[in-house]
Amino acid sequence: MTAFRSLSAAMVKGFLRDKMTLFFVFLFPLMFLVVFGLLLGDSGSDKTKIAAVGDGPVLTTLEQTGAIELERYGDAATARQKVDDGDLPAAVVVSGDRVRLIYAASDQVAAGTVLGIVSGVVDKINLGAANVPPRFTLDAQSVEDASLKPIQYLTPGILSWAISISGVFGSALTMVSWRKKQVLRRIRLAPVSTTTVLTSRVLVSIGTAVAQGVVFVAVALLPVFGLKLTGQWYLALPLLVLGTTAFFAVGMLVGAFCKTEEAASGAANIVIMPMAFLSGTFFPVENAPAWLQTVSNIFPLRHMNDGMLDVLVRGKGVEALLVPSAVLIAFTLVVGFIAARIFRWDD
Amino acid sequence: MTGARIPAVVVSDIRKSYGDLKAVDGVSFTVAEGEFFGILGPNGAGKTTTLEIVEGLRQADGGQVTLLGEQPWPRNPKLLPRIGVQLQASSFFEKLTAREQLQTFGSLYGVSRRKADEMLELVGLTDKADVQENKLSGGQRQRLSIACALVHDPDLVFLDEPTAALDPQARRNLWDVLRAIQARGKTIVYTTHYLDEAEILCDRVAIMDRGRILAMDAPATLVRGLDAPTHVVLQKGVLTREAARGITGVEEAHEDEVSLTISTRRPAPVLSALAERGTLDGLQVRTATLEDVFLDLTGREYRA
Repeated sequence: MTAFRSLSAAMVKGFLRDKMTLFFVFLFPLMFLVVFGLLLGDSGSDKTKIAAVGDGPVLTTLEQTGAIELERYGDAATARQKVDDGDLPAAVVVSGDRVRLIYAASDQVAAGTVLGIVSGVVDKINLGAANVPPRFTLDAQSVEDASLKPIQYLTPGILSWAISISGVFGSALTMVSWRKKQVLRRIRLAPVSTTTVLTSRVLVSIGTAVAQGVVFVAVALLPVFGLKLTGQWYLALPLLVLGTTAFFAVGMLVGAFCKTEEAASGAANIVIMPMAFLSGTFFPVENAPAWLQTVSNIFPLRHMNDGMLDVLVRGKGVEALLVPSAVLIAFTLVVGFIAARIFRWDD
Repeated sequence: MTGARIPAVVVSDIRKSYGDLKAVDGVSFTVAEGEFFGILGPNGAGKTTTLEIVEGLRQADGGQVTLLGEQPWPRNPKLLPRIGVQLQASSFFEKLTAREQLQTFGSLYGVSRRKADEMLELVGLTDKADVQENKLSGGQRQRLSIACALVHDPDLVFLDEPTAALDPQARRNLWDVLRAIQARGKTIVYTTHYLDEAEILCDRVAIMDRGRILAMDAPATLVRGLDAPTHVVLQKGVLTREAARGITGVEEAHEDEVSLTISTRRPAPVLSALAERGTLDGLQVRTATLEDVFLDLTGREYRA
């Protein structure tokens, strides 16, 4: 058994036997995914429901459009009451050839939608009744736009955040506890190179990140959450690796400064929490003010998020990896270099 | 010095200051191969700093260290497989069992995994092989930590206060382990603040105080060189103070509530005189100890 393999094995065992770490690496971020996923839900896909009274070709066609759902009522007064009470955005009352539409002034968006659909249907039927060949034809086509359903940006965001947690905490706490318990000393007194120790620790972190990726994506793909991956999801793997090394370097820096595990946890949280919010983990950063978006560019998590979104749910190809990868590599090198300079074997 | 081979450890005039504090102030000693060498002294005497410089963990401000013919500083990968260092009792990997700790530390030296069980047996932890390190008792952890230092079969072993904070029974168990290690032909350099223990275990000791070595020799030689009287303690009442003073060779006799203590530098005639009188019941003889040596050297009571 080589030193590299047995050190990695020792760290994996220590990791799997520590329930607290497992919780913070897997369950804790997963809780956020579940809570946000259910809270924000899939509101965009609900059809608008309106009250309907009477019958005839207008109501039949309206139902066939599939754009609105009709809730039938026996008389106009009850339907009107529903709109007055704010239960439904509009009521359509058909009596003979007369189509009357009542809509609530409060919800302009819903009103506009309903008005547009109903008048479209009425015009179409009129046209059919007049027996005139249509002069203009409408060719409608849906495109995948850049704005995403909540689960589509939550999954990459929370996954990146979880990887930043396990990367920063993993390396910082290992370093502090090994220094405090003099394991670093023991290693220094053994004929094993620092590179071996470091690479085995990084490898364990990368393995953890991949496991997190699999678990998170699997949960988000469940029908309740409804994540839809686009073609080249495997392009996320290089981002997982590079993101892990970047956050590992941050953890090394934190670990070099802190003497106790408590101090290291605190410092790691101070780094991670603002970074997570400003990097678009829980909501798209495009909604933030412009200056804040500029500020968020200094965080590696921001770039990891962008890259993850592009390859996991926006269907972009390998070209979308270029900028995030370059930023993460540069970040790893710079922070890693600083951390190596201030690294201490002993207190 | 035993044999004509090169000494295992040669330390000459090492120094280390922290600000105004001279932690190590010109320490020199030599340890022969196979020797059990103790560095004694109260806390803060500079034992640990000395040991760390010798092990190559710390750079000295001045002086020379040679271990098995090699320089330990800067980190010398050629030397590392030949020395074993026991650090404090908690220096283990998280959540690993006793056997896994030994296997992991062993692998850093390219040692086969089977070696772990052999080491567990040596330190008497075979039945604790599958117990996680944090669930072991203090003494068991200490023994495991020594086993970790020995797993790669080093020629030279450094132990820093291996018996500190152990209960008397655990200390005695550990003495057996240390003797077993010496019997394997290892050279042992160890620090302790228990003078009685050093007297029992060590071939030679160096007594340190305030960064300097005050005396260095075999414990028996140090004690003998002290010219301190032997104390013979009798039960009170078997002999009067005056009668005791009358015995040839007795320098001083004094009495308290439970016993009569006779001081003498010639214990043989005194003991035979006491035997003639039939007053040997409950008799105790206390010769001088390393604590008396320390008192003599520093002028103050030894306090660990």
